[in-house]
This record gives sequence, C-alpha cells and structure tokens, in this order.
Amino acid sequence: MILLAWTALKVGFALSFGLGLAGLLGWVERKQSAVLQDRIGANRADIFGFRILGLFHPIADALKLISKEDFAASQVRQPFHALAPMISLGCCMLCLAALPFGANFQAWESPVGLVYVLALLGLGAHGVVMAGYASGSNYGLLGGLRGVAQMVAYEVCLAAILAGPMFLYGTLDLAQAVRAQAGLWGMFSQPLAFLLFLVAGMAASKRIPFDLPEGESEIVGYHVEYSGMKFGMFMMSDFIENIVVAGLGTALFLGGWQVPFVHLSGTMGEAAMVASFCAKTCALLFLLMQVRWTLPRLRFDQLLDLGWKNILPLALINFLATVWGVWLWR
Amino acid sequence: MTQKTFFLNMGPAHPAMHGVIRLILELEGEKIVKADVEIGYLHRAFEKHAESSTWNNVLPYTDRLNYVSPLINNAGYCLTVEKIAGLAVPERGQYLRVIASEVSRVADHLTCIGANAMELGAFTVFLYLMEGRELLYQLIDHLCGARVTTDYCRVGGVKGDLPAGFAEKCGEIFPKIRKFVADSEALLNKNRIFLDRVEGVGTISKEDALAYGITGPFLRSTGVPYDVRRAHPYLVYDRLDFEIPVGSRGDNLDRYLVRLAEIEQSLRIIEQCLKTLPAGPHSLAAREVKEAADFEDMGKRGNTALLPRCAAKTCRTLEGAGREHTSGILVQEPAAVLPPKEEVYGSIEGLMNQFEMVMWSWGARIPAGEAYQAVEGGNGELGFHVLSDGSDRPYRVRCRPPCLFIMSALPKLLRGSYVADVVATFGSVNMIAGELDR
Repeated sequence: MILLAWTALKVGFALSFGLGLAGLLGWVERKQSAVLQDRIGANRADIFGFRILGLFHPIADALKLISKEDFAASQVRQPFHALAPMISLGCCMLCLAALPFGANFQAWESPVGLVYVLALLGLGAHGVVMAGYASGSNYGLLGGLRGVAQMVAYEVCLAAILAGPMFLYGTLDLAQAVRAQAGLWGMFSQPLAFLLFLVAGMAASKRIPFDLPEGESEIVGYHVEYSGMKFGMFMMSDFIENIVVAGLGTALFLGGWQVPFVHLSGTMGEAAMVASFCAKTCALLFLLMQVRWTLPRLRFDQLLDLGWKNILPLALINFLATVWGVWLWR
Repeated sequence: MTQKTFFLNMGPAHPAMHGVIRLILELEGEKIVKADVEIGYLHRAFEKHAESSTWNNVLPYTDRLNYVSPLINNAGYCLTVEKIAGLAVPERGQYLRVIASEVSRVADHLTCIGANAMELGAFTVFLYLMEGRELLYQLIDHLCGARVTTDYCRVGGVKGDLPAGFAEKCGEIFPKIRKFVADSEALLNKNRIFLDRVEGVGTISKEDALAYGITGPFLRSTGVPYDVRRAHPYLVYDRLDFEIPVGSRGDNLDRYLVRLAEIEQSLRIIEQCLKTLPAGPHSLAAREVKEAADFEDMGKRGNTALLPRCAAKTCRTLEGAGREHTSGILVQEPAAVLPPKEEVYGSIEGLMNQFEMVMWSWGARIPAGEAYQAVEGGNGELGFHVLSDGSDRPYRVRCRPPCLFIMSALPKLLRGSYVADVVATFGSVNMIAGELDR
C-alpha cells in the first residue's frame, strides 16, 4: 500500500512537473521575449483584478483551447487526424517517467532509461508525420515531411552524441549516470558532447532556429489543420519535449540532482535533490528558450547538412576520443 | 522513374504574402520548378478614380499607393502636375518635400528589413526596427497630422510649414534610429544562419535587372548606381550631399545591405536639409477667387496691381448663364493652389475660397498638356504620367509602380530555389500591394 502510494507520488510528480511547467513555459516565452524586445508582454488576464505579471495567461489559454469547437475540415483523414496529437503528446509525456528527479525519486527506474527516452522521442515523429498526412493539405504534408526528416537526422545525432558520455559513465541508466558524475559533471568531462547535445536537443524539440516543421511564415506546418485543444496538444508536446531535453541534459551533463560540495541524505536531502534537479532543468530551459529570440530559421537543406555533415561526424569523433581516452587512462 | 511534381498555392491567405498576392508554385519535393505570380488582389482603380477627381483631390489616393512611404507618392504626383502647369514651388517648400520624402524612405526601408528578418524567423529584429518606424510615424504625425494617410503635399506647395520643434525632435529621434539599426546589424550581419539564408539566394544579373526595368535598391544591389535623385535630380537633391550605395552580387544579402546603407544616407539628407532650410514661404500664394463682375470693376477703377493676385470665378455651368460677363475678361488661369489651412479655418473668405476650389467643376484648371515625372520611391522609380485637357481634373493619370517590374522578375528569381527561399526573396522585393495593384 505504501509502495503504491509512493509510486503514485513519483508518477504524479513527474507528470505535474511536465504539464505544469509546460503551461508555465508559455508564459515564460512571452515574458522573456517581451523583456528582450522592449515590450510589456501578456498582462491582461486577471482574477478579481489581480494580474501577477500575467501569470493567469496560461490558465486563460488552456480554458480557451479546451472550450473551443473541436473542428476538423472536410478533407482531413480520420482517424489519423484525431490520433496524431495524442501520439505526439503521449510519447513526450512517457519520457517524463525516466527523468531521475532524485536518488530515490524516479518514476521508472530502468537500466535502459536513456534508450527508452530516445526511442520515445523518435516515436513522437510519428505524430508529426501523421498530422501532416492527415491534414489533406500540401502545407501540412510539407511540414510533416520536414518534421520526420529532421527528427530522424537529429535522433541519430543525439544517440551518437550521447554515446561518448555513456561510455564514460559506463551505464545507460540515467540515475546511475548521475551518480557517475559525482566527481566531475558531464559538461566538464564532455564539453563538446554538451554543446552538440544542446544543438541537437533544440533540433529534436523543433524550436527556432530548427522550427522548420512549423515555419510559421513559410508553410505554417504540420498542424495547419488543427485548432482548439488538438492544436494545444501539439503545443504542449513541443514544450514537454523541451522539458525532456532539458531534463536529459541535466541528468547527463549537469550532475543531475547533485549539489556541488554538499552531501545530501535523508528525506530532506531527497527533497533538496528534487529541487536541485528542477532548478537545473529550468535554468537549461531558460537558455534553450532564449536562443529563439536571437536567431533566424535555417533552411531545410542547411539543417540536414548541419545534422548529417557537421554534428554527426563531430559526435563520432568525440565518441572515438572518449573511448581512446578511457582506454589510455586505465 | 518519373518524378511527380505537385502544386502549392501560396497566398493570398498566407502570412508571408502579406494577404494580397498569390504565388502558384510547382514543386519537386521542396524545390521550385516553376512559379507563377498572380497580382491584382488590391486593385482599387486608382488611375480611373483620378480621372473623376479634381487635381488636388487625387492626392489622398496617392497616399494609398505605397502606403509605407506615402509622402514620396504625394511629392511625385504634385511635381508632375506642377510640371504641366509650369509652377515652381518656393525653395522652402522644396526642402520640406525632401525632408518628408526621406523620412518616408527611412520608414519604408525599416519596414522592409524588419519584415524580411521576421519572415526568416528573427522576430526580435523586426520589433527593434518597428520601434524605430514608430518614432518616424510619430514624427510624420507631428509634421502633417496623420501617420499613414499623410496627404502632405499640395499642387503648388505643401500643406503647412514645419511644426515648432521639428528639428529638435529629429535630433532626438535619429540617434535612436541609428541605435536600432546598429542593434539589428549586430544581430544579423555576422549571423551565420542569416547569411546562409540570404547570401547567393534570389540572385539576378545586372543585364536581367535592366531588361526587366527594375529600379531602386533592387537594381542597385546588382551594381548599377541608378538613382532618380542623382540621375534626374528633382526638388533640391542636386544640392545635397549623399552617396548611392551599390551592391555587386544582386542577391538578397546585397539588397539588405543596400537598404541598410540607404537609411543612413537618408538620415544625412534630412540633417543637411534642416541645417540649410531657407526662410520664406513654403507654398505659392493662393489667389483669391473673385466674381467676374468684381474683376471688371477692379479694371475700371484702375486696380490693375490686384489683378494677378486674384482669380476670376468664371461660370462653368452648362447653361453658361454668366458668359457675357466673363467672355471679355482676360485673366490668368484660376489658381491651382489651395489656400492655407489657417485661412480656411480662420476666415469666411478662406473657407469660401477653399470650398470653391475643391468643388466639382469649380477647382483649379491646369493648362492642357502632359508630363512625366519620376521620383525615387522606396522601391525604385515611382513615375507619374499625367495628361491634362485643360479641365479641372486629370484626363489620364498613369502611375509607374516600381515593384510591378520586380514582381514580373520574381518567377525567374524563384526558379530552382527552395520553398523556404520564397519568403527571403519575396521579402527583399518589398512588394507593396497598394502601388503594385493600384
């Protein structure tokens, strides 16, 4: 019984962390861009006159999206049209289960946690291509095709990039990987992999400068035929993908739940671990989001060139160097 | 194996097409095999409208041509009409027109660069430049009381003198605009992604550009230093010191750089004008309209000195009821110049004068003749060819919109590039549907 409650707590925390933060990220995106661009940003939604910096906007947005008519144009292909957002969002949310929030606070402790996350991120591409196909519109189709080519390219890159650190840590278990960084964080022992990971992570989560599947001024993208909460689900899955990528980065490169020079133990220690993990994830997210407001968008061929011809070889070189380094060290 | 192509209908309801143009693309994957441009979504029959409006009443329509730089259109039309009528605007008025035109040009270039950057995904640059444009719009508002529908020039002059504190306001605003431009340059000029997106994309050769009749920044980016302000000086541009930036490759990057450099040149022109602004009247004096009988009386009383300053109210009704009174009077053509607003709102004579001037079949009469006058618009040579048959309204107005010629070259520019290049190339054309479709 206690075990069940404990598991429920862990799962509940992972889910609410992902969903809550995803809602909040919408607000962060607006406010962050507003500060960068000398604007005020969203600040009008209020409850009894209280506005608290526009923090009610995520709630207002969610209410609006949920209460909108569930509209589908006549040319869309059912049931794929309805299924696509579920696949997208479902895959992202499942990823949250593997994030090691604390030493004993991980919804699903698995020896293949990393593979699981990468596989689910890859599966998420099905949602994108299915949405593009089911739209029955050439814009949607182009967006879906771009999305799948991009995600395949960058999933391969991600796997190649993470091969280096994983070899160093000697595990595919995310919690074990965090423990392996007790002496030195991954971002210092694997700096190249960390930088490449940030780029590939951004590409995998389809954000500017890699938001080609959406490309709102070019092709509008794979979700052009979606409205209401179905569109909201795609938006949510983008934000959750961001959170997953940031969480993965925290676990693999920023020392996970660890706080430098402090030994954490006990219940309070566990809580501090969770807080530390969340704080690091948020910091990384903030960085990932800021890039959007400073860079333009890549072109499709340039994007694939960057992935296949630049990042992948660099990642493989990094992997080989790591292997040789570890072999020589021992 | 045969490769099938498919069609993509871009616009008119597409975010990058600004809602007013349609591109029909034949695609092979993401590559454009063939592009077709369909224009006319914003056709308002400007030229036909002009034929049924009195000479001065055409002006508000010119605001709607290139609605991003309306002041240049105002000046262009007025210059053409004045050319037919042989009117010479006082020097101060010419300087004011130059100042107004250049403010508009800066706003035009800021909009073009900003929108182009936004469509490539650099949203921050867009907002920086829009803030700069907002300052300029406030300046234009200060100058003529409207932000977009300026209607500033008049046949024979301008609407009014510079408002108090205009030069100080310019001194306050220009450093800010230079700052916004510098910020945007810092974000874009060395940005690898931006350079990759614009360098070598949408290239056109010098010969092709000339063959298509392309002018303006688009032509200058290919290396041809043709600028109407320098090639066929009008107003007082021949007295001003400014450079004509040119590119060399004729691609999107060069067009961006040319526009950036022109912003600085335009600001310089305005500063020079404000420094050397001559005193005196800004418009030709409006002539008082008098009854034909009064004219006779004035002549009989020997008041001949007054005669040139007045215009006779000749009878233009179909019946010609008063013809016997007027046929013997030899006077100049009734004034083309509207009375100043101060008089219109301040005195009953001014109000009557204005009313009679703008009233159908009572307004100014421009002598029969025709003229073509070009000005350097935001996108290139903006020309007006006006025909007068001696009546109170144009017989024919033909407008040469600069971006029509660039748009005709667009299919050639797009062929072989990617879908994503459409927004970059189309953005650098700076198509303004108002002047394209007229």
